[in-house]
Amino acid sequence: MFRFFLSRVLAAVPTLFIIIMLAFFLMRLAPGGPFDSERALDPEIVKNLRRIYRLDRPLIEQFWLYLQSLAHGDLGPSLHWRDFSVGELFAVALPVSATLGAKAMLIAILAGTALGAAGAMSNSALGPRLVDGAALFGIVLPVFVIAPLFQLAFGLTLHILPVGGWNDGAWQNQILPVTTLALPQIAIVARLMQASLKDTLAMPHVRTLRAFGMPRSHIVTHALRAAFPPVVSYLGLAAANILTGSVVVETIFGIPGMGRYFVYGALGRDYTLVMGTVIVVAAAVLLFNLIVDLILAWLDPRVRFEARPR
Amino acid sequence: MKGPVRLPFLAHRLARASLAVIGFIILLCLFGPLFSGHSYDKIYRDYVLVRPSLFAHPTADETREALEAIARRMHVQIAAPREDGEALHVTLETAKPVNPRALRAFERSDVFGPARIVNSENEGRRVDVDVALKQQVFLFGTDANGRDLFTRTLIAGRVSLAVGLLASFVALTIGVAYGAIAGYAGGRTDALMMRVVEIVYALPFIFLVIVLVMIFGRNFVLIFVAIGAVEWLDMARIVRGQALSIKQMEFVAAAEAMGASAPAILWRHIIPNAAGPIAAYLTVLIPRVILLESFVSFLGLGVQEPLTSWGVLIADGARNIQGSVHLLIFPALYLGATLGALQILGNALHAEKT
Repeated sequence: MFRFFLSRVLAAVPTLFIIIMLAFFLMRLAPGGPFDSERALDPEIVKNLRRIYRLDRPLIEQFWLYLQSLAHGDLGPSLHWRDFSVGELFAVALPVSATLGAKAMLIAILAGTALGAAGAMSNSALGPRLVDGAALFGIVLPVFVIAPLFQLAFGLTLHILPVGGWNDGAWQNQILPVTTLALPQIAIVARLMQASLKDTLAMPHVRTLRAFGMPRSHIVTHALRAAFPPVVSYLGLAAANILTGSVVVETIFGIPGMGRYFVYGALGRDYTLVMGTVIVVAAAVLLFNLIVDLILAWLDPRVRFEARPR
Repeated sequence: MKGPVRLPFLAHRLARASLAVIGFIILLCLFGPLFSGHSYDKIYRDYVLVRPSLFAHPTADETREALEAIARRMHVQIAAPREDGEALHVTLETAKPVNPRALRAFERSDVFGPARIVNSENEGRRVDVDVALKQQVFLFGTDANGRDLFTRTLIAGRVSLAVGLLASFVALTIGVAYGAIAGYAGGRTDALMMRVVEIVYALPFIFLVIVLVMIFGRNFVLIFVAIGAVEWLDMARIVRGQALSIKQMEFVAAAEAMGASAPAILWRHIIPNAAGPIAAYLTVLIPRVILLESFVSFLGLGVQEPLTSWGVLIADGARNIQGSVHLLIFPALYLGATLGALQILGNALHAEKT
């Protein structure tokens, strides 16, 4: 198990490096610079700014300098919010986004698997159909439609929850964004879970258990273990979806998270800020995929053995 | 495949209904704007944020308001408006004689047609005027700039569907070529090529789109190239898997023995034999691409005004949610119906395959 873990971690490091490299050079291909504004700055000032931020050096040297500061855990100064470093901006924004994402993920997993399992185990024909129907709703109603509808229903009409804002993470302010983020994922997880559990319930080993007259709880435990892998492997994608969804949710609900830095940073050519968001997001996705791989290996021994070098 | 292509999945009632919905939306988006009576970028200043309605405008209230505005502009008193079918009879009273050219004010508003003096008394200080009323229907209401939402929704549909199809085509081309080459080449090439896919996969796709939009500018054509360039990964994986198994087949060995070149084998044997899974994945891909385009446009990075797409309209609706729900509901309904129908169709196709 430890070897497996190590091999996965070692595979993730070069991936992260290549992503950093790709992002760095792709960004510089784009026309325009961080100091373009409505009113053109004095060329002397731009020249000085570029010198201070070392943007006048050759690109390769800039990349090397960036890697060096990165090795010291320094993401560099923001080129747009010039009073802050990227690290300082993230110190405020990252916990907000992480709270939002983690809660949405947790709810998606719990509610999704519960719903899916209930659908697969219901004896009537109606149960599975309900789950499929609900799953369809998750696809038909994207995050950017659910969010304003929630604002309208709970904020503007019923007046029971705030329409937006973060308010230092008060629970009332968290309910709508977290639910909005979780809903589409609940739908997908539920459908996967239902399909997978239905298959495993029909498997020979489960049938054998049933033939031996084992109690229902016992049978379900066995079936669940075999049913989880497809669901777990989806969770990596779910994390990426929640990350992108949170860009929209943070915009609509006016939450001071990472999402706005993504869009504003790219539009304002704030190179260091975009690099920072890319690194954080890519690291989060890679980390989550690593966790997913570990859970899969724990659930399914075959994954462990295949990974072992022959 | 022998004989004509049969589509038994159409026996599925839901799938048939979905196909009908998609066909209806496509036809409506293509031809609806021709008959809606409005241009998608025409601004009606007198009809801002009008609610959706089946009945023609102007209503009595709107007529009165427009008359009052014109009276102020012309410095006249307007008395005794009397409606008669499509025309309105009004009497203008003023201290100075009415200048007939000032009656253009009527025509300039969105509510009235040309005005005509029928009777002039007191040296033009009291004038009876006939004014035509412009009858206009705003089925879905109007937006904050006073543009017809029905027409805009359909034009947006054209854009969203076009982007969906073209971006899917881009993704299809890249993905199939990449996957087939990787799978057929095998070995080190395959490992390297798939490693690249894995790396791009770990890049958050929205970042890629943003960077590509930055590079290309907000150009309509290049948006779907950018989206297609992001969505080819899954296609490449699927085709590669197919290619790996197809190249083991005897007919490929036979073609190789006869000296067929690698491109010829790819084109004649590998790709056609992977057509089934490719088509099945395409039905998943198209709604995903439409959704992605809406997402990018929602963030203001996609299609630019006055052109529009469902994502742009939904963003607009989200901003005006207080007071004008119709701006959100109608575009969301169209987007949702399209996504849902495509999804059901895709599911039916998948069920068909297995």
